[in-house]
Amino acid sequence: MTTSEHSTDLDTRYGSDTRTVTLRVNGRGVTREVATRTTLADFLRDDLDLVSVHLGCEHGVCGCCTVLLDGGSVRSCLMLAVQAGGQEVETVESLSPDQDRLHPIQQAFAEEQGLQCGFCTPAMALRAREILADGKEWTDEEVRQEISGILCRCTGYQNIINAVQNAGRKLRGGPGAARDETKGS
Amino acid sequence: MKPPKFMYCDPDTVEDAVALKARYGHDSVVLAGGQSLMPLLNMRLANPDVVIDINRVTDLQRITRDGEVLQIGAGVRQSVLETEPLVADLVPLLGQVAPYIGHVENRHRGTVGGSLAHADSAAELPCAAVTLDATMVVQGPAGTRTIAAGDFFQGLMTSALDPDELVIAVRLPVTTRTAGTAFVEVARREGDFALAAAAAVVELAADGRFASLSVGVAGIAATPVRATAVEQALTGQPATAATIAAAAKEIAGQVTSADDMHATSAYRKHLAVTVVKRALGAAVATAQERSDGS
Ligand code: FES
Ligand code: FES
Repeated sequence: MTTSEHSTDLDTRYGSDTRTVTLRVNGRGVTREVATRTTLADFLRDDLDLVSVHLGCEHGVCGCCTVLLDGGSVRSCLMLAVQAGGQEVETVESLSPDQDRLHPIQQAFAEEQGLQCGFCTPAMALRAREILADGKEWTDEEVRQEISGILCRCTGYQNIINAVQNAGRKLRGGPGAARDETKGS
Repeated sequence: MKPPKFMYCDPDTVEDAVALKARYGHDSVVLAGGQSLMPLLNMRLANPDVVIDINRVTDLQRITRDGEVLQIGAGVRQSVLETEPLVADLVPLLGQVAPYIGHVENRHRGTVGGSLAHADSAAELPCAAVTLDATMVVQGPAGTRTIAAGDFFQGLMTSALDPDELVIAVRLPVTTRTAGTAFVEVARREGDFALAAAAAVVELAADGRFASLSVGVAGIAATPVRATAVEQALTGQPATAATIAAAAKEIAGQVTSADDMHATSAYRKHLAVTVVKRALGAAVATAQERSDGS
């Protein structure tokens, strides 16, 4: 095969403007046709109506578009939707399917006033879920470092740090967890 | 903003990726972790005809030991450097450097090869590569070749990579058990690029003198640099705070960055001396711990 034949073959095999992408989003299988240049953030917002994915800067600075990809936080404005094929994406909607029964992390953000305008909150809550997964106790300084990739324009961060620590206590099953149960029922 | 229109290709072998790169050359860009390229596409500062996404090339995602060399595939995510036991065991400096690369959200996507190919002189991995005497393995239509880290970084965001070549792996000599390693960075904010950063690997002789040392510095010139004058001044000298402080001053002569919005050149000189001093101090302390423990 000559080089040019091989190259043409490569184009037809790989080159395209649209693709069918199949992935899991918040526990459900999704198959959609997408333009290959569509970012994962726009796909989640525009195609799946998951508008909790907030676009602050669209170039990887603010972190407000953070989602979990196979459990790890990523900036969804810095990925193409096609690249998420075969993977699991979680947005903050995955925390609680029931608006009247908040997830302990959401409950903790409410109790600690860990949000004001709420623009960074979905990202902060997902990041909290990721770091709290291992059950360890986090110091102020550690939480501050762990959430440093997400900018909050409002809170000055201290209440977010308090909320993450409060959520950690609830998830580990302290007095906060009991209170969470009562409120939810 | 949104990425411009491009033809999207996602080959699953290195050969096909290289064939595409050879065909489209300067009209194409390679998409690895996307943490530098995607912002450029979103802001339309880059407007390529073809995007070659190498995330499906599983051959690039391996970490293997080959005798006294640790080989890390170009597609390995930066976050893996923080968690992979083989890395911590064989080339501990990489695990020390990795937490300083952007934020965790970037490291979950960003790749080892992407950062090296991007050749930012303020970035952590190029600095580590120069310090560790790493070798880049690159592949083009004619096959593979290797380039020493010291020759790979050629200027501002410029590497020795030809337009039809891909970085496919980096090879790192295994660090000896008794060596001490450290990385120190000063940045304005958590996750920012370094104003100045230094990596150090030191070997101490039985009498407490420097048997050998290697110091790399980021953020002070168009490429990451080896602090050769510092290394020469200290080799054979006692590893004390005083000798380190005196020798660290030598790095100021290698600072060529002009004043910019982040720091004046004078301040960078000051920082360069400081990070070299601190990195050497910390590396000596770990070397002493390791030899006490053995
Ligand atoms: S919108 Fe993605 S980081 Fe700002
Ligand atoms: S609550 Fe407004 S940005 Fe964080």
